[in-house]
Amino acid sequence: MKIKKNLAISDTGFVFDPSTGDSYTLNPIGLEIIQLLKNNLSLEEITEHMTREYDVDSNTFERYFYDFTGMLKQMQLVIPDEA
Amino acid sequence: MGKKPFERPVITKINAGMPAKFGLQIRHDPITDIDGVPLQSLMDQYGSPLFVYSEKTIRQTYIEAYRAFSSRYPNVLLAWSYKTNYINAICNIFHQEGAWAEVVSGFEYRKALKNGVNGGHIIFNGPYKSTDDLILAINNESLIHIDHFDELYDIIEISKSMEKKPKVAVRVNMDIGIYPAWDRFGFNYENGEAWDALNRIMHYENLELVGLHTHIGTYIMSTAPYKVASKKMADLAIGLARKFNHHIQYIDMGGGFASKNTLKGGYYPGSDTTPSFDDYAEAIISELMKAEFAPDHLPMLILETGRALIDDAGYLAGTVIANKRLADGQRASILDAGVNLLFTSFWYDHDIRPGKDVSDQTEETAIFGPLCMNIDVIRKSTAFPLLKKGDPFVIKRVGAYNNTQWLQFITMRPNVVLIDLKGKVHIIREKETLETLNQHEYTPDHLQVI
Repeated sequence: MKIKKNLAISDTGFVFDPSTGDSYTLNPIGLEIIQLLKNNLSLEEITEHMTREYDVDSNTFERYFYDFTGMLKQMQLVIPDEA
Repeated sequence: MGKKPFERPVITKINAGMPAKFGLQIRHDPITDIDGVPLQSLMDQYGSPLFVYSEKTIRQTYIEAYRAFSSRYPNVLLAWSYKTNYINAICNIFHQEGAWAEVVSGFEYRKALKNGVNGGHIIFNGPYKSTDDLILAINNESLIHIDHFDELYDIIEISKSMEKKPKVAVRVNMDIGIYPAWDRFGFNYENGEAWDALNRIMHYENLELVGLHTHIGTYIMSTAPYKVASKKMADLAIGLARKFNHHIQYIDMGGGFASKNTLKGGYYPGSDTTPSFDDYAEAIISELMKAEFAPDHLPMLILETGRALIDDAGYLAGTVIANKRLADGQRASILDAGVNLLFTSFWYDHDIRPGKDVSDQTEETAIFGPLCMNIDVIRKSTAFPLLKKGDPFVIKRVGAYNNTQWLQFITMRPNVVLIDLKGKVHIIREKETLETLNQHEYTPDHLQVI
């Protein structure tokens, strides 16, 4: 999954999509995941990172990761071909 | 160093719209304890979901209500409305504080007697009282509030064979300027039916007319209708004194005071818009004091408010079962407490709080109960904190009507506990089990599984 290249993502979790003009806010965990996705990390790598940093097991994280990326797809913030 | 706490990731679209004139706070302060007892320990010990009552809040609310009226009027009595919550421990807190009992069925009447309430301190309301109920109430010298002429003639008939004179009051309905006007209970003021009933009672020697009663509606968010009702009730009482030289002992203004819950469709939260006990008291008593009662015949003022006295003291604690997305991407959370336990969710936008510390992040969420029924919706859409599966929640202000209107439907009714003034926790109603249900069923021999 690749995040759209032209998304403007601020360090405080504000997202602007210039292709639609829509704006979004992320909570800190959402921001961290989207930054990892932008750096082209795989799910395994992201899971490894998050379970090391946060009090969460890999199963629980995976559940919320897919829920989150599902929302990114729904909001059309990922590159369609790769989605 | 320990790991950082995990919150589920969330992205929210920013919708620029017209802001409210007065911005409303969306922050959901967590409720991690009730009267100093940690929420999680309550659920660990007594299960989830769990109804929790605060004895401290019940007593404080009662005192606040009583003081609002008694500081303005010399002779005030509160009667506890059993139908609002008839768990015995709850009723007895009110009785200890001095409340009489107000009941609307034979079952509630007998419950009040078993709670030790003196028969003379029971107000018997409602459109249906059986012959047995009436005989019992007459023998106990209870205050029987007559709802319709058929009941009046039932009482007259029964009283012929009884030694004791029934103590009766007439329930009056009236136009108080609000819609819908409640006219299904009692006798109408404007069309003369109330006077018709009073005349018949006064001409019948075997009945003792002790009071007048009205109950103008439910969840009345304005005090003005109480002013109108109070004036009309005073007019009836003064009229009785003039016509028959009969001085009634009390005027019962019923209840209908709103609690601080927010009604569905309400723009501002109920906590900001609900009148206080002082507001209601001022409206009712200002009219009574203006009336031409002789100082030695000032009737006692009875109030039967239920909801406003108990709603704040009740909490429903539970656990998030699951989170999911609906077809349009909306977040949905499934709780372990549904509309079968929370009947009031059909009327209110309940205030649901996280049961542990969470961030200020929220997501527009539909909140469902655990029932496999489409109607099981606690909140259709609300900005809700990012609770995960297994996280605790608390629903505020559930003390009124839920423990009387709850249903044994799909799941069993859970434990109800009371936190006393010293912080000790007591089970006041034990959770139901399969045996509770099965003990009332009989399976004929030919239908027994072989």
